[in-house]
Amino acid sequence: MKIYDGKYILVGLLVFGVLATFPIWFDHGKVVAPANPSLNTPVIDAMMSKHCILPKAQMITEHMKLLNVWRTEVVRYGKRVYVAPSGKKYEMSLETECFRCHSNKAQFCDRCHNFAGLDKATDPYCFSCHVVPSEKKPGAGKVAMVHKESK
Amino acid sequence: MDKSKRDFLKIGGLCALGLSSLEVADAFAKSHATKFLTNPQASHAKRWAMAIDVKKCWKAEKKECKDCILACDWAHNIPDIPVKRQEVKWLWNEKYQNAFPDMENELEPEEVKDKPFLVLCNHCTNAPCVRVCPTQATFKSPDGITMMDMHRCIGCRYCMAACPYGARSFNWRDPRPFIKKINPAYPTRDRGVVEKCDFCVERLAVGKIPACVEACKDKALIFGDLDDPNSELRKALASRYSIRRKPELGTKPGVYYLI
Amino acid sequence: MLERALSGSAGYKRLLGGLSILMGLGFIAYLTQWENGLMITGMGRDVSWGLYISQFTFLVGVAASAVMVVLPYYIHDVKVFGRITILGEFLAIAAVIMCVTFVLVDLGKPMRVLNVLLYPTPWSMLFWDVVVLNGYLLLNILIGWNVLEAERKGTHYPKWVKPLIYLSIPWAVSIHTVTAFLIAGLPGREYWLTAIMAARFLASAFCSGPALLILLALIVKKYTKFDPGKEAIDKLLTIVTYAMLISVFFVILEVFTAFYSQIPGHMESLKYLFVGLDGKHALVPFMWLFVILAVAGVALLLHPNVRKNEKLLVAACCCVFFSMYLDKGVGLIIGGFIPNMFGQVHQYAPTLPELMIVAGVWATGFFVLTILYKIAVSVKEEVQG
Ligand code: SF4
Ligand code: SF4
Repeated sequence: MKIYDGKYILVGLLVFGVLATFPIWFDHGKVVAPANPSLNTPVIDAMMSKHCILPKAQMITEHMKLLNVWRTEVVRYGKRVYVAPSGKKYEMSLETECFRCHSNKAQFCDRCHNFAGLDKATDPYCFSCHVVPSEKKPGAGKVAMVHKESK
Repeated sequence: MDKSKRDFLKIGGLCALGLSSLEVADAFAKSHATKFLTNPQASHAKRWAMAIDVKKCWKAEKKECKDCILACDWAHNIPDIPVKRQEVKWLWNEKYQNAFPDMENELEPEEVKDKPFLVLCNHCTNAPCVRVCPTQATFKSPDGITMMDMHRCIGCRYCMAACPYGARSFNWRDPRPFIKKINPAYPTRDRGVVEKCDFCVERLAVGKIPACVEACKDKALIFGDLDDPNSELRKALASRYSIRRKPELGTKPGVYYLI
Repeated sequence: MLERALSGSAGYKRLLGGLSILMGLGFIAYLTQWENGLMITGMGRDVSWGLYISQFTFLVGVAASAVMVVLPYYIHDVKVFGRITILGEFLAIAAVIMCVTFVLVDLGKPMRVLNVLLYPTPWSMLFWDVVVLNGYLLLNILIGWNVLEAERKGTHYPKWVKPLIYLSIPWAVSIHTVTAFLIAGLPGREYWLTAIMAARFLASAFCSGPALLILLALIVKKYTKFDPGKEAIDKLLTIVTYAMLISVFFVILEVFTAFYSQIPGHMESLKYLFVGLDGKHALVPFMWLFVILAVAGVALLLHPNVRKNEKLLVAACCCVFFSMYLDKGVGLIIGGFIPNMFGQVHQYAPTLPELMIVAGVWATGFFVLTILYKIAVSVKEEVQG
């Protein structure tokens, strides 16, 4: 069998192979500090038995799915109360439920998200709308620019 | 390349495309299907609606009252954007000739002409915004509220073209820098989505009345179930003459103005 | 066949280079929009659709170029269109690509655009517009490509293409109808609330699309060895003439209904467009330019020499194309938002980045068009020998 333009095809395949495996070898062997999210907030410290909505392992892997289902139930079906498998009821709200205990986004949410390689400014973008406890003051940076533009 | 090999590649490509676009069933949602409840204190109605007692409102107006608007702005983190055309508004005042265009006559008493009329989303029964939305990001709730799903909205602004009342606002820019004081219990919005009054669903869900209704000391705002003949709202509508904005369009607005 | 796009004369490369620069500038402008949101445009809560959507409605019309050559050729067996159908189909492809891009750049949340398909909403005209536009794009790619490939090989195109060709004819009508329905069924937008909106769309499409096609055919003739044929152009010109007359007639109908009935809502947008309202008249010069071009276009089209004199022909087609552009690509959409729902006049003017994005999308369309035409013409030249 004769391959037309074999040279170019092989070089192309090689380049493709290198690029496609880029994420594997680029990060290989790098030492990454463990995420170490902090669970120490006043509310959690005061809890007699420390438990989240679902078992810890499930929360780690599935909290995003849970939140997505919550969002649909609240916004579209008007259901606002979640009954956990434990029978305990929770209000389906980031602001008034999740953040009630986890009031330390920087030491909790961000540590894991950063560890997972998410860009915390845009991904997950929950926090561009949902108000994080420490963020009760409005962002100040951009105001100056805007005043110039408004007539 | 011979014909069959080529066709094979084509068909294979199409199949791959088809497979990749198959929606992945969300088993998670299903396994939790029965575990969501409404709050037992929640208020329910067949058709939430509002009447604005214009005379009472005007009495308060003498003191430059804006209690309802301020309450709404605070409750929902409404930004105060200095560029007029990019403003975000849920509840605000318009002059009679603007709230009711084509209805004015030159001989109206002066006091009507310049008096403010509160305007907001009318939660139309037959809402054009719901009809046009290509993603059902705008939809009717079972109790008659025209709802916004700001997680789903793609920002096409078709609903803004369709709403005959100018009740919808688009987030032309990030609103956060323009919120003087953020209410930590309510989310702000991301740029690129549309928003509007939602009759405070989050308050109704816990048995409270809308923030504006609660804030009005003169009781000028009457909120209730339009389908319940015994509601305070129905009694007010039965005893006073009322008008609605642009009723001729067939949208069946749910905000009444008691004259 | 694609490789034919890779080589070409210096002029071809320069054209592509120039278009790439415009595309690049548009892309940079779009990045600022991506970063900051649609605040960088001149749109606002009163005029909530601006140039992006109005370009889109106009370009849907240009996509009609295909059906106006395909229909006579395949249904009425007008042989002279045989050489030019591919040009019509490829112009349609470029036009629809621009349409889709304009809708995309208009979105506040473009990354969520697939929500339209994830939550199909049959009562929304925008949902149907997405369906018919993409369908039309696919149809024209399939048809154009297969027919051209068959021509290159000197064979007949595969059998399964024929039903697609027939399908593409009603489908073309559907893209104009659905796009017209997009704006024609909104209560409270009186300027758009007219039963002849779809008819207006069709009429203006059937003159602006073929007019552009004639101009392109003349350019192709001038710069390549491929001659689309004088008869084809003459036939197209007849179509343009009738469609243009009907278009102008429809505009007169609108004006009559509004001003004889004297219903304020129906008159106000027209007043704003042609004489100004509340002392605001940003669009007045554009609309009068539309009137002048339309009248000149009709006069030229009816001139007995237009078929003999190429200069007259070019002038006539330019008049038609640009007058329809001003009517549909500027006045129709923006005029519908003025006055606003409170009876106030808040004007709209595009910003520089907005204009750059618009230019960038047009350049993208012409980039695609240039490449497609290059391929088509190379094949035609080879076949001609
Ligand atoms: S007032 Fe406008 S936004 Fe509100 S329901 Fe009616 S059409 Fe929709
Ligand atoms: S802007 Fe959002 S809510 Fe409005 S029509 Fe588009 S997707 Fe629906």
